[in-house]
Amino acid sequence: MDKLGSIFLPPAKSTIAGEVDALFNFITGTSLLILVAIMAVVIYLIIKYKRKSDDDVTSLNDHNTALEIVWSIIPVFLVVYVFYRGFTDYIKIGSAPDDAYEIQVIGQKWNWTFKYANGNTSPNELHVPAGRPVKLVMQSRDVLHSFFIPDYRVKHDVIPGRYTSLWFEALEPGESTVFCTEYCGTSHSDMMAKVIVHTGEEFDQWLKESGGRPSDMPLAEYGKQLYSKSGCQTCHSIDGTKLVGPSYKGAFGSTHTFADGTSAVVDENYLKNSILNPNAQVVAGYAPVMPTYQGILSNDDIDAIIEFIKELK
Amino acid sequence: MDNTTTSPNIGLKIKRFTSPDHPEVNFAQAEKGIKAWLTTIDHKKIGLMYLGSIAFFFFIGGLLALLLRLELWTPAKTFLDADAYNQVFTLHGAIMIFLVLVPSVPAALGNFFLPIMVGAKDVAFPRLNLLSFYIYLTGAFFSLYSIVTGAVDTGWTFYTPYSAQTSASVVSMTFGVFVLGFSSILTGLNFIVTIHKLRVPGLTWGKLPLFLWSIYATSVIQILATPVLAITLLLLIMERTLKIGIFDPTLGGDPVLYQHFFWFYSHPAVYIMILPGFGVISEIIGIFSKRRVFGYWFIALSSMAIALMGFLVWGHHMFVSGQSTLSSVVFSLITFFVGIPTGIKIFNWVATMYKGSISLRTPMWYALMFLFLFTIGGFTGVMLGTLSVDVHLHDTYYVVAHFHYVMMGGMLVAFLGGIHLWWPKMTGRMYNEKLANLSALLIFIGFNMTFFTQFILGAKGMPRRYYNYIDQFQSLHQFSTVGSWVLGLGFSIMLFYLLHSLGKKGVIAPKNPWGGRSLEWITQTPPVMENFEYTPVVIHGPYDFHKPIAEFEYGIEGSDSHVHDHHSDQHDNKHSVNA
Repeated sequence: MDKLGSIFLPPAKSTIAGEVDALFNFITGTSLLILVAIMAVVIYLIIKYKRKSDDDVTSLNDHNTALEIVWSIIPVFLVVYVFYRGFTDYIKIGSAPDDAYEIQVIGQKWNWTFKYANGNTSPNELHVPAGRPVKLVMQSRDVLHSFFIPDYRVKHDVIPGRYTSLWFEALEPGESTVFCTEYCGTSHSDMMAKVIVHTGEEFDQWLKESGGRPSDMPLAEYGKQLYSKSGCQTCHSIDGTKLVGPSYKGAFGSTHTFADGTSAVVDENYLKNSILNPNAQVVAGYAPVMPTYQGILSNDDIDAIIEFIKELK
Repeated sequence: MDNTTTSPNIGLKIKRFTSPDHPEVNFAQAEKGIKAWLTTIDHKKIGLMYLGSIAFFFFIGGLLALLLRLELWTPAKTFLDADAYNQVFTLHGAIMIFLVLVPSVPAALGNFFLPIMVGAKDVAFPRLNLLSFYIYLTGAFFSLYSIVTGAVDTGWTFYTPYSAQTSASVVSMTFGVFVLGFSSILTGLNFIVTIHKLRVPGLTWGKLPLFLWSIYATSVIQILATPVLAITLLLLIMERTLKIGIFDPTLGGDPVLYQHFFWFYSHPAVYIMILPGFGVISEIIGIFSKRRVFGYWFIALSSMAIALMGFLVWGHHMFVSGQSTLSSVVFSLITFFVGIPTGIKIFNWVATMYKGSISLRTPMWYALMFLFLFTIGGFTGVMLGTLSVDVHLHDTYYVVAHFHYVMMGGMLVAFLGGIHLWWPKMTGRMYNEKLANLSALLIFIGFNMTFFTQFILGAKGMPRRYYNYIDQFQSLHQFSTVGSWVLGLGFSIMLFYLLHSLGKKGVIAPKNPWGGRSLEWITQTPPVMENFEYTPVVIHGPYDFHKPIAEFEYGIEGSDSHVHDHHSDQHDNKHSVNA
């Protein structure tokens, strides 16, 4: 049955995944067995009782108490067993250990932001230690999203106006993918993030170093990193292609005309305001869909992104 | 029996009526012209108009599905942009659910056959019936209108707060669905009254064909559940237009509340869609096994039980939505117990074939296809009802595959089985069975290629409603897309031979091509206006194939003399009330 499972399931990379897979494989295997049995009986019956003439005499018997009791009772036992195993694992999936490491998650169209205890944030990259339970406390800034890591077999909806949570314990260092699984608009299918699992020591090290730009990195290059990690690239191209929002290419110094007919020259102040208060001035021809980055990007981060945009002539 | 006798159990003077296979003037010839069709109160014509509309919408919904599958040929853009893709899957879902599956068997086949099978001249309220049809068209018009005015991209579930904030024309789409709901309610009401009040003498509840039991159970759900959908959609419209905070958190509402409302209707709606399919399958397996249906009362009453229990399982759509753990656990348990009677029905149908006389004609192939596909749909439903496993599978392609196995592999295949069973009766023509069997085979292969692949995709983590996807899923997606072409080919062949049968070269069908015993096989082909030229009486059960056909042809003596005097006067139905 494990072989059967490997056709269907992705690698199991969390402590709970093994148990969920075992139940998945049990249900798949049992179902397959019963399906094959039913179909074998059907094929046998259509061969054996194929109509020979229009005067065939058929059985009038439409009851068999013993048979009916058997085929009613067996499924009851099976489903109660399956229910019970699903129930106990579900309780485990829903109950984070008290010593779990907490990370805040913000979902918004169309990116994920992760905030750590020391105040650092990492957009679209969730860094966690291996071998230690991690609890995600999640909220949405706009519509429903759902946080799903297939490799860990965990998923929970992320809801505006309410905190939800999920937890997992990654088995070993490596990478996995996060999907958004609640439909949230145009770029729903691009709302992905990466889980990066470190050893405990590496994770502590990463936490210390993740607080902003490394001292030897040029501002614009850091801005470029933020551009691809913070979800800017989902809607803004850097080669002039028109996506959900205007392209950055050649934007700086140009004049934008807004939906209300006014216009402004794209300078540092305009860009900063557009990041923090995006729907105040919406360029004509685009929908007012950008979420605010208030509380997600620091002032230094915004400076770096502006620097990056300036270089895109 | 003599030609005229007194029935011991009915106490009426009865007489055997023999009529030629084909009437001089059938219902379609009785009134002619477009206007006669559009203003008819004849349930058969209304049924056929529903059938035509449903077939049209199925064609549109199917084309949209082919577009979706084609777009998924590559992981990034193939030929549609993201917004167009999102609009297409929304329309595909909404059209297939609300315009095709919900009305399919009850409105088309139920309308045509329910009155005939109870021996009545029409449904209890024929004018209301015509009104239902026009309400359906109005609702359909509003739904399609939204395509023109800027297309809805919320998915057919219209989840808030997205649906409350998006700029697309959600209001016209939801208003369309709201209007459609009234059509459902009125049709359900009509059917319940017809079954209660218009059965001919001798047609006791225990002699009711199982198709009618299933329509009866469906009608009960339609009346009870549809108002909740209407209320929900009305609240959604109020929120969008009047800014009253109900579901949208920025206005002080709760988005999870919407899901409770929505699934409180939409889960029972799954049974609205599937129960009539069970009824069709019972008829087909009975007739083509020439045998009493095994466990008649179990099948009849479990439909009623499923109809009522179906109201208590809506939360299994919400295991990861943020509802309480206790709710999830209770919903999971009840879900399993609703599944059991459904499973037992499968055993009953298989047992019906034991010691039968099995004839592998086209409708029977559809019934066998149903057994296979619906069983897979059922088992994967158990998988999704399992709490821990559903956390992984929820909102992935596994769910997409599951509900296509239930809705298309189950319900739509049953509907096709029903169309092939009753086509000769409805149209008076036989279709080409060789082509029909070929088409069924292609549909079976194409369906499994398309959707079994999606179980694998989903379990591997492919989320639903994804325009782009990660590269590793591409080969499975392409296989699935090729399957959709095979499906499309199968349906094209069906369209061809069904239309061909209606043409000049079509073969004339006898009145009882399969040897059925319920009343629709006793009347002429196609039936006359008001269905019978006399008032039939029922002596034997609908699956008593061991009794000679002559004993099914009795009617009340003298009831043929005044039929034409009271043309379409409903008071005339009084004498057939089963007191």
